Amino acid sequence: MRKLWSKICGLGFFMTVALPQLALAAGEKAAPLVLVADTRKLSGIMKYWADLYNESHFWFTALTVVLIPVIGLIFGVLADLVMSHIGIDLKSRDLAEH
Amino acid sequence: MDWLYVLMPISGVTIFWPGLVILGVGVGIIGGFFGMGGAWMVTPGLNILGFPMAFAIGTDIAHMAGKSLISTMRHGKFGNVDYKLGVIMIVGTVGGFEVGAQMIMWLERIGHVEVVVRWMYLVLLGLIAWMVFADVAKKRRKEREAAARGEEVDKLATGIEWHKTFHKIKIPPMMHFKMAQITCSAWLPIIISFLTGWLAGILGIGGGLIRMPALIYFIGCPTHVAVGTDLFEVMISGLYGTASYTYKGRTELVAAIIMLVGAAMGAQVGTVATKYIKGYGIRIAFGLAVIGCAISVLLKLMAKWWPPLATTFDNMATTLILGLVATMSLYIFVKMVQGAKQEVAAKKRGMS
Repeated sequence: MRKLWSKICGLGFFMTVALPQLALAAGEKAAPLVLVADTRKLSGIMKYWADLYNESHFWFTALTVVLIPVIGLIFGVLADLVMSHIGIDLKSRDLAEH
Repeated sequence: MDWLYVLMPISGVTIFWPGLVILGVGVGIIGGFFGMGGAWMVTPGLNILGFPMAFAIGTDIAHMAGKSLISTMRHGKFGNVDYKLGVIMIVGTVGGFEVGAQMIMWLERIGHVEVVVRWMYLVLLGLIAWMVFADVAKKRRKEREAAARGEEVDKLATGIEWHKTFHKIKIPPMMHFKMAQITCSAWLPIIISFLTGWLAGILGIGGGLIRMPALIYFIGCPTHVAVGTDLFEVMISGLYGTASYTYKGRTELVAAIIMLVGAAMGAQVGTVATKYIKGYGIRIAFGLAVIGCAISVLLKLMAKWWPPLATTFDNMATTLILGLVATMSLYIFVKMVQGAKQEVAAKKRGMS
């Protein structure tokens, strides 16, 4: 049983780790795709955002990752306030699979 | 009518923004209800609205991270989130996701990304739909057999019980998950989450579509806990996916924020609706949605096979996806309103 289990684990490991590595090795011949944002038609905050993207992918990524949960939290709290006015119990429910 | 369109700063495409809000509301409801990000609807939806496929995937992941946070907050208050299980699964999910995301970048370089993603979607959707309806059929058979014996099946009984076999594997460390009410080897959720994370990375989704049934059928969570825990996972993996895709320059934050406006309200409605619909009701609705999604992906593939009929097939896929989002979200919304009305009426009767 232990032998079979180790074989299954080994195969799973190969499929999930080794195969993508082989695929990546095969892909090295292709030229990498580089995108640059066109800022000519943009202004204000949109231009700032596109400039940030062109100048530093790192800061652009960091700001995006921070902004998404913050904005989600703000919208979520606002939506929560609206729902709390309906008058239903928003803290419990019955457990059942039926 | 120019004000209805907004120029996206990174991708440079002009998008009909009310379409983004509507898509956000629809997938917010569906995501909160089924416990997933809804990428299987959003990615083709964003593609239809005009985003190139790689941007559609990245933008969708960014929006789903925010939306899942909103749903997790609400599910957490209902006691539907097993945080311990969720945290353990993050290890596997993140590892698997990065391997999958690297693979998709390679596919993009060799130019086969759309076809491969669509084919994988199709196969996976077929398998999931089969699993859900095999479960429902088995549960009904059990009920019929019990009725023939003059007995009643347990309220918490399920059809497919593969998780019981997995729970027999006692590789240490063994762990107990209180909210999910299960005890199993810690390796079970780690391996399952790695495999689902890997698939999610390839498909460019948060992984909810795969993880929600995996939590039910392989790990043994009750449906509601699977929904809540999965959303917690989608939130974390979505944030990680956002970082990964944004660094590779494939995320349009402006579109994600516009979608979040609608998704915030939709996610609340979808989550509260799980209070009024029982576990198997959620499973059946989930299976039907998966079938609809599979048909739309097939239509997209047919458009590639028969170029003269490409427009017709594309239009059919668009109609189907939008129709599916509208029908499912309307159904969930109506159920939520009906349930809320009954609860409020019962409260009033109790007070008088």
